[in-house]
Amino acid sequence: MHELPITQSILKIALKHANEANAKRIENIHIVMGELSTNVDDSVQFYWDIIAKDTLAEGAKLHFRRVPAELQCMACFEKYHPNDDELLCPMCGSVGAKIIAGEEFYVEAIDID
Amino acid sequence: MTERISIVENILSANDRLAEENRARIDMAHVFSINLMASPGAGKTSLIEQTLPLLKDKMRIAVVDGDIATSLDADRAAAAGAQASIQVNTGGECHLDAVMLHGALNQLDLPQFDLLMVENVGNLVCPAEFRLGTHKSVLIASVPEGADKPYKYPGMYRGVDALIINKIDLLPYVNFDMDYFRRGVEALNPGVITFPLSCCTGEGMDAWINWLIENTKR
Repeated sequence: MHELPITQSILKIALKHANEANAKRIENIHIVMGELSTNVDDSVQFYWDIIAKDTLAEGAKLHFRRVPAELQCMACFEKYHPNDDELLCPMCGSVGAKIIAGEEFYVEAIDID
Repeated sequence: MTERISIVENILSANDRLAEENRARIDMAHVFSINLMASPGAGKTSLIEQTLPLLKDKMRIAVVDGDIATSLDADRAAAAGAQASIQVNTGGECHLDAVMLHGALNQLDLPQFDLLMVENVGNLVCPAEFRLGTHKSVLIASVPEGADKPYKYPGMYRGVDALIINKIDLLPYVNFDMDYFRRGVEALNPGVITFPLSCCTGEGMDAWINWLIENTKR
């Protein structure tokens, strides 16, 4: 939903760490994105090509690692992947699951030269 | 030579840091604060309008209103008895973020107040992603919107501390399956405190008002 400010934030994080390491340029940026995160990687890439121009990160490739959503039922403690139209636990039918994974959205690493 | 640097830094961390700063300021002033979120037309401003007269003799209340344009909502809050009402125009942004609330807090003499009500921009998607630093997130659902909203906007429903079901006076006239709605809510946010009410008739307002009073006393 907010790909421009998010792309700016990714650039800022990457440049900060690249500068600290005295990098000449950034080659790759590795981003982790949970399935439940609402951001769209295509749009981030689109903005990236514009805003990274004339920085250490110009031409850097963005790599997105998708993390599937995982819920854990708080009644039977079974872990499951949620589907679109049913939020109940598929094993015991209880409500009230905890999200174990799928909300991540962070810069994992950069490759620098 | 390519070298890999491990980072693990949250992409929204700048907002989160500022949200923590906001929280510290609000805490220091001993103010209880809520972030009111809902789709457009669910009754955010109406709820504030109905809440203010019931509380204004008991506590001092500031309202921060987020909108893309106009100061209509802040004007309504001021007319209803808010001791201070600040309008934040987001200039096209579909949500308030911690920076915007930070700016609004600068305009308030916080220790003068007991309760801060922040009215977010009408939207069921984006406000859920941007923490402001308020104590409690409150979502207003309304009966005419339909009972499927928890299923369609899970990010919003699972993150809130209290849920208002507004416009219950319309239940006889619209097709709203309360059981289906509550099942969705319970699945996403088990045990969340719920206030079915009507800003129009005043039905159910007591429980909501008491919740605000109890939390403000703390």
